[in-house]
Amino acid sequence: MNPLSLNRRTFLGSLSLSIGMPAFQNLLAAETSSLPHFPPKAKRVIYMMQSGGPSHVDLFDDKETLRKMQGEELPASVLQGLRQTTMTAGQKSKPCLAAAWGGSRRGESGMWVSDLLPRTAEIVDDLCFIRSVHGEQINHAPAMTQMLTGNNLPGRPSIGAWLTYGLGSMADDLPSFVVMTSQDQQGSCGQLFFDYYWGAGFLPGKYQGVPFRGAGDPVLYLSNPDGVSREARREMLDGLAEMNHFAHQRYSDPEIETRVSQYEMAFQMQASVPELTNFSDEPQSVLEMYGPDVHRKGSYAYNCLMARRLAERGTRYIQLMHAGWDQHGNLPKQLPVQCEDTDAPSAALVKDLKARGMLDDTLVIWGGEFGRTPFVQGDINNPNAHGRDHHPRAFTIWMAGGGVKPGTVYGSSDEFAFHVAEDPVHVRDLQATLLHLCGIDHERFTHRHQGLDFKLTGVEPASVVKGILA
Amino acid sequence: MKNHHLNACVPFFVVTFLSVAAAEDVSFNRDIRPLLSDRCYYCHGFDESHREAGLRLDLREEAEHVWDVDSPDDSDLMLRITSDDPDEVMPPPSAHKSPITDDEVALIRRWIEQGAEYEPHWAFVAPVRPDTDATNTSDAIDDFVARKLATKGFRFAAPASPAKWLRRVTFDLLGVPPTVNELRLFRKAVEEHGDAAYSDAVDRLLASPMFGERMAIDWLDVARFADTNGFQNDAYRMNWPWRDWVIDAFNKNKPFDEFTIEQLAGDLLEDPTEDQLIATAFNRNHMIQAEGGSIPEENRAKNNFDRVETTGTAWLGLTVGCCQCHDHKFDPLKQTDYYSLLSFFNQISESGMTSKQMNVKRPDRPFGVKYAVDKPYISVGSDEHKQQLADAGAKVAAARKQLETRRDEYVVEARTWVQEIRDDPVLGAERIKPSEYVARFVHNADLDNPKDGGFKQLIETFLKCVEPWKSIQDEISAEVARESLLQEKIPLVMVMRDDQPRETFVLLRGNYETPGEQVSPTTPDFLPPLSVDENLQRPTRLDLAQWLVSSENPLTSRVTVNRYWQLMFGRGLVSTPDDFGLQGALPTHPDLLDWLAVEFRESGWDVKALLKGIVLSRTYRQSAMVDEEVIAKDPHNEWLARGSRLRLDSRLLRDQALSLSGLLNTKIGGPPVAPYQPGGIWEAMSLNKNHYMQDEGEDLYRRSLYTVWRRVVAPANFFDVPSRQSCLVTLTRTSTPLHALTTLNDTTYVEAARVWASSLATIEGETERLSQLFFAATARPLEPDELASLRGSLEKARHRFEACPDEASKLLSIGEAPVTEDLSAPEHAAWTTICLLVLNLDETLCK
Repeated sequence: MNPLSLNRRTFLGSLSLSIGMPAFQNLLAAETSSLPHFPPKAKRVIYMMQSGGPSHVDLFDDKETLRKMQGEELPASVLQGLRQTTMTAGQKSKPCLAAAWGGSRRGESGMWVSDLLPRTAEIVDDLCFIRSVHGEQINHAPAMTQMLTGNNLPGRPSIGAWLTYGLGSMADDLPSFVVMTSQDQQGSCGQLFFDYYWGAGFLPGKYQGVPFRGAGDPVLYLSNPDGVSREARREMLDGLAEMNHFAHQRYSDPEIETRVSQYEMAFQMQASVPELTNFSDEPQSVLEMYGPDVHRKGSYAYNCLMARRLAERGTRYIQLMHAGWDQHGNLPKQLPVQCEDTDAPSAALVKDLKARGMLDDTLVIWGGEFGRTPFVQGDINNPNAHGRDHHPRAFTIWMAGGGVKPGTVYGSSDEFAFHVAEDPVHVRDLQATLLHLCGIDHERFTHRHQGLDFKLTGVEPASVVKGILA
Repeated sequence: MKNHHLNACVPFFVVTFLSVAAAEDVSFNRDIRPLLSDRCYYCHGFDESHREAGLRLDLREEAEHVWDVDSPDDSDLMLRITSDDPDEVMPPPSAHKSPITDDEVALIRRWIEQGAEYEPHWAFVAPVRPDTDATNTSDAIDDFVARKLATKGFRFAAPASPAKWLRRVTFDLLGVPPTVNELRLFRKAVEEHGDAAYSDAVDRLLASPMFGERMAIDWLDVARFADTNGFQNDAYRMNWPWRDWVIDAFNKNKPFDEFTIEQLAGDLLEDPTEDQLIATAFNRNHMIQAEGGSIPEENRAKNNFDRVETTGTAWLGLTVGCCQCHDHKFDPLKQTDYYSLLSFFNQISESGMTSKQMNVKRPDRPFGVKYAVDKPYISVGSDEHKQQLADAGAKVAAARKQLETRRDEYVVEARTWVQEIRDDPVLGAERIKPSEYVARFVHNADLDNPKDGGFKQLIETFLKCVEPWKSIQDEISAEVARESLLQEKIPLVMVMRDDQPRETFVLLRGNYETPGEQVSPTTPDFLPPLSVDENLQRPTRLDLAQWLVSSENPLTSRVTVNRYWQLMFGRGLVSTPDDFGLQGALPTHPDLLDWLAVEFRESGWDVKALLKGIVLSRTYRQSAMVDEEVIAKDPHNEWLARGSRLRLDSRLLRDQALSLSGLLNTKIGGPPVAPYQPGGIWEAMSLNKNHYMQDEGEDLYRRSLYTVWRRVVAPANFFDVPSRQSCLVTLTRTSTPLHALTTLNDTTYVEAARVWASSLATIEGETERLSQLFFAATARPLEPDELASLRGSLEKARHRFEACPDEASKLLSIGEAPVTEDLSAPEHAAWTTICLLVLNLDETLCK
């Protein structure tokens, strides 16, 4: 139906329904008509990015050897002269530092989880842990960029941009790709998030992630100006659409129709976003599960619940960006605080999705851009002044739902939690797997730019991690 | 296997030219090379390290054994591309390239039949002026465009109305709309003087100082200019005098060759002026990494990568970035070429971090501003300011000396002070709160060593807390604050200077830790040789700059002309302005591109003359109002059978709103300004607490060009703009609901609507007022149906605001501009609604 062929009265009358959306979706469909390549297991993805580098050594990858060698030098045969950041490159002594907290093997999988993560520990049999993730980047920005865009240099499309470009939108009144940021409460070891972590790179700009903000309007410029009611705005937009309709008759430019539909979608977002952010319809039990922070806008807990609400309403890719895992200098104090902030909400999101029957087709990923060194940074004898440096050579992430085998522990690191011992999973392999679960063959999903067919996983070999597929 | 491949990445030009080719001789450049490059060169091309089976197809003498001119179908080439056997067929399924279609196979067969001739890549051969009877640029454009139109079955559209043309050209050359008065005068001038009026109008526009500002927006995108360094710290820099240099250069119509030479090598000119030094900031506009933990040597390598790639994109239109890690897969660019180019830039004393930091806190501002610049830099300011700064510096030194002469005394006291904190935690917590950063040093600082990093910080803290040191310290701080306030008026502009000779090596896989063979400064082999002064031992950036604009260089003039064409038409004659290599798009109008390139160079690189020629052409003057069929047949307007009709750059949209409302402040140059922006955006993107401090009064209404641009977070009300993190020459133009929300709800637009509405109050009569409002925004008279529609909207808004005058007052309180009393609040609010509606009309948003 071409809405512009209708007479004026019908045209305006239909505006408040869904004018323009079909045109918009057709545009999307035309670009990537052959996707998905095969039936997807996951319809949507929630990526809980734990930025800064959560300490795999303390949280998931406890090692008897480290405990035995506490305070002794990490053997040179392990270090192999590999490059460290300038924060520890000059540190002459690199003594082993074992996990500072206890933990236990949990669930049927027997996965070891730190006592700092009690809620996560409760659901290990819903999760799939990979303890052999590795990459090359030793600093935050390049490692984040690699993890989220497939290349360490800025400018490539992010995972969410690729997915929404490939698979299109499932929601009429909400963005397909939403980003929400949060920070550790102390703000002491947070990292800055660059917009290219959710950028569209060389894909059309409409595929970039839409940031939902924790303060003010959730979406920039969402609210009408003071003094303009929703009804007044409706009237004005009807008048605007009518004028644009006349212009379309004169210019025949199809872009005018697109413009009208975008204004209409903006109006719809003005209603759907406030409804989305209003938690009053959530049962008390659910709110409690996410923890008290769920009521604090912009907190990690708030964002986790928002992620579930967005997922329910058709947003395809939700990226939570949480800063604060960069514990170089005061890990014994900062790590528990950080865990307390994130443990319950992360686990609650998985439980909540499961309870609603959504976990089967929602892929959830929890992980940072790297792990942390098994050796100490700073003074081993002064817990208030030590921590761990960045460590990309072996670290742990977990996934859940969306075609991933629950209750799995995949891969392992060596006795020092330093190198990968079995079943290495490169960052690229993770990305290939993510696409695979969404029904996309990463080798065939390309976009031409500057004469090259780019893909998310780049030019180095990457493969789907078959061992974790359900 | 084959049909499983994605077809989405078949290059557009292959499809376009197939039907044409059927009727003509096969052309290697047009028909065959794009195919070979796309499907074959990745494994059988220039890059030796990735070459399969020892076969290269990019050189005829290396390839001729794979075909037989007398019996094409028996050729190895034909057998392989037509094979059904997945182990035989080329490209192999594992390459994930699109399979070669039947049409393409036919094309290759005919090419072999016709002798399988190769041609050099068009863009690597210097342009020769093609034949035309035309004697000026406009006529030449029209001649070449008309020829293409004829072959494609199109005709020129009717000319746009004089007013529509004036609106289009005023946006293209000045970046703002014409005033109603200018529109009227121009209509009259056309009636009286005909075509001469158009030429006069262009002369007037090119003489306006706003011309330089409009051109600067484009060049600032190319030059990745921003007001901060980027990365985690994202501290401010002070390179805005370079931005003003660019504006001035365009306004003075500095020839593009000089424009090039001064920016790349102004410092190497004989006895360079301060302006010529400022110009070289072009190559310091890249981001600066200065994060703790980052490695200076690595950062220096990345700075140089950026310089090579920016130069490669901006002047040569080549994707040289590929060669950071390996030989180019398609173009004859070697990895050594990349590092040879890099060695031109690698002679600078930059630190790889930042070498000077300061915190400037203006007394009237709630927060300080952190600056961090890297050497070498020059200070740009009046002699008087410089003297004041020197005096202030002397006072700082004197105040510091006062403290330093008593050093032994305060170190002893500080040691005792810290020891007391260690001994008595309660007292300790009063002196240094445990949450303070410095608290971490209390227990592990070496108090016997005043050079110990931790102890040093504790001494600093002690001096700030305990008298008499506190008073002395306060005096030093006050003098430093006075000095840095002065310093802000005398910006430190980072410039290029060859002040640290370095040897340059290929970096294997682009990694600074793994240097390979040593290289010397030179240019790629496949381009004309660099001419070097024999007295010099080593070519310099000046030689490189002169080589770029030499008459032999086949790329610079084409690339530049193409970018200006893109600026005027929204699409380049080469639609990949960043790639003139083998994988780039072919020019839609090769003859026109070459004619313009030669003319541009021979005219003395005269930018204003080029633009004047373009905007006076019949091609440019066409109306955008055409039949649906024309648009359907050529949706991207490649063949130019209509005027361009594209949404304006979002920075121009803001300038348009300010201009229509009369709020626009036309002041040129100076430090960046901070207009309206919703709260919390910068703070959420700041480790170092970069606070957005909104300006007041006239500074709210400066052109978008001057809006402060943080590298990690672009101004909130700009959209589809480059990130200013690296060089960008391509345009993005999308339509999303978020854009609609911006132009409907941002204070900038709402305030502009309100102020515009009050300025219309002096016009008698509702119809006249609506007509003028619409005419100002669209340069088109209001038609009766439109008048009725706008009246209807006005009536509804009036009705609504009369019923709730409080709402009207709220709407009118948006923005800082004073509210005039000419209209009642409901009436003013109703007209504000209409003005906001008109600002959001598709026709207003488009040029």
